[in-house]
Amino acid sequence: MDKQRRKFLKVAGATALAGISAPAVVKLTSSPAIASSEHGAATGHEAPADAHKAVPHGVEEAPKGVRLGLVVDMRKFYGKPELLDKAIAACNKVHNVPQIDNKKSEIKWVWKAPFENVFPEHSSSHSSKIRKENDFLVMCNHCDEPPCVRVCPTQATYRLPNGIVAMDFHRCIGCRFCMMGCPYGARSFNWENPRPYIKEYNPDFPSRMRGVVEKCNFCGERIALGKEPACLEAVKESGAIVFGDLNDPGSEIREVLDKENTIQRKPSLGTKPSVFYIV
Amino acid sequence: MIEKVFKGNSRYWMWLAFLSAFVAVGAICYIRQYLFGLGLTGMGRDLSWGLYISQFTFLVGVAAGGLMLVLPYYIHNYKVFGRLTILGEFLAISAIVMCLMFIMADIGQPLRGLNMMLHPTPNSMLFWDMVVLLGYLGLNVICAWVILTAERKQVKPPKWVYFFVYLSIPFAVSIHTVTAMLYCGLPGRHFWLSAITAPRFLASAFAAGPALIVIACLVMKRVANFDAGKEAISKLTTIIMYAALINAFFVLLEFFVGYYSNIPGHKHSLEYLFFGLEHHGVVYNNLVPFMWSSVLLCFGGLGLFAYMKIKKVQTDLWVGIGCAMIFTALWLDKGLGFVLGGLVVNPLHEIVEYYPTANEVGITLGIWATGFLLVTLMYKIAVDVEHEVEA
Repeated sequence: MDKQRRKFLKVAGATALAGISAPAVVKLTSSPAIASSEHGAATGHEAPADAHKAVPHGVEEAPKGVRLGLVVDMRKFYGKPELLDKAIAACNKVHNVPQIDNKKSEIKWVWKAPFENVFPEHSSSHSSKIRKENDFLVMCNHCDEPPCVRVCPTQATYRLPNGIVAMDFHRCIGCRFCMMGCPYGARSFNWENPRPYIKEYNPDFPSRMRGVVEKCNFCGERIALGKEPACLEAVKESGAIVFGDLNDPGSEIREVLDKENTIQRKPSLGTKPSVFYIV
Repeated sequence: MIEKVFKGNSRYWMWLAFLSAFVAVGAICYIRQYLFGLGLTGMGRDLSWGLYISQFTFLVGVAAGGLMLVLPYYIHNYKVFGRLTILGEFLAISAIVMCLMFIMADIGQPLRGLNMMLHPTPNSMLFWDMVVLLGYLGLNVICAWVILTAERKQVKPPKWVYFFVYLSIPFAVSIHTVTAMLYCGLPGRHFWLSAITAPRFLASAFAAGPALIVIACLVMKRVANFDAGKEAISKLTTIIMYAALINAFFVLLEFFVGYYSNIPGHKHSLEYLFFGLEHHGVVYNNLVPFMWSSVLLCFGGLGLFAYMKIKKVQTDLWVGIGCAMIFTALWLDKGLGFVLGGLVVNPLHEIVEYYPTANEVGITLGIWATGFLLVTLMYKIAVDVEHEVEA
């Protein structure tokens, strides 16, 4: 009798353990499957690049699909700080970005900063008057190889097929590992309930709760409706911001990139930013 | 065996009451933080990891440090450590419990913690850290409990438990390696982006863990009539010396790479930690006294041990002081300097200094007190079982 009971307990225990761990096992085995199908697509165009390794440094492999990008033409912003503020204010309004007047807890999606802060890897010794006197527009770079996505333990931040690095505010556990991973300081954390700090509530976009990370989303919700990013729309008449598909050779943004000399932030880190600057 | 924690002399109960007071304060502080948010801490947008994560990092090392007892005994059959391995395992259990508590204190949405398991993400080092920490916790619980039970019944431990004992050895190395990988794989964080981070973590762990065990042994010799033996203590101090020296060597290598290459990003954190970092006419140096204390305590402790080894004298008091010095030195180095030094320059090259708030310190002390409480209870069981067997 005792032996049977022991046997029963063993089987019951094993079954319970299997039942508890099954979801994790299924998840674990299924997610590499998704990842590998993605990788399969990636290796599809990496393989030929491997085949002829003599491709000169800096030349990218043939792109596939849509990759949204943005060009900031700083020449149009020089001497017009009010234009920068207009773009920033438009974003804050559309996305219910709380205005917390405290450097420790502030939330920033799109903001402005001096050249030496935005481009710390570029020399700022003997920089021109224009560089010294003007602030530069800063936002998430929506990297092609985003470190924030790599480090997130819950896939609360992820890369969409169109290149946008997006956030799931409901899955984020607030570990802030993505803020450590981001080399551009593009991410903000809700150190307290942000809702009292929202000046004018926009019901078309969710407000956030405390304890989650947020950042610029390239206006993914507006693009889905066929609209342009809010910052672009706010300064549309100046033509200072150009948005479009980096992989489409005929797009407006490619035209600008082909013609103008642009730079990216911290290119040496291999994150492949999708935001370009004309300075 | 659990009933042993309910019997003790008045000193035992006073010690528990003393720790419980800190636990209570920590709990109240945590409730405040839970209701308001992490804004109650000194962390902010530019410096978004602070005391909690740095304590977590240090305590993973303390947990891994138990390896320095388990490995000589089970692999090299070094019998002198026979009475101590259980202490190493119990210390590992409480250190990991503290680690998990610090993680829970640090995350913004603690109720969503299970998302780590519901959405397992193999490309995140935090996921793997959870896996190895929970694994190491489980292994230590199994090994410690089964072996102690066998000792109490005065029979040999069952053979199958040795599988878990041997498995716990690579796990001990892995917990601290993966914890180092949380830091050393991040682009744009120059101070952490160093392949030597993991070996440095291990070296400091193999000094800090045993140092704490030696102190515990010396205390228990006085209050609980538990003698680890002179030879065991002497051998442990040798291990501590080597590990602390290797850690110091690794730190000096970081200095060489930073200063000889003269790359600003590689120098900034070291400058901030040891000399003060000048930026736009302001000098940021709030950690300088702590880091130099760390250097002095480390070499002071090493000198003390060296003197005792050469003169062949070993008094409990001085061994205890030496261990306390080295433990404190390594805590300052890893439990403060490593995390905060790496964050002082933000990605936009602004300098932000970190000052923890009182509420944050309260939670931190509360978690440390919880850990000491757990260690006390578990060591009480181990020592009482030992006495029972002897009697």
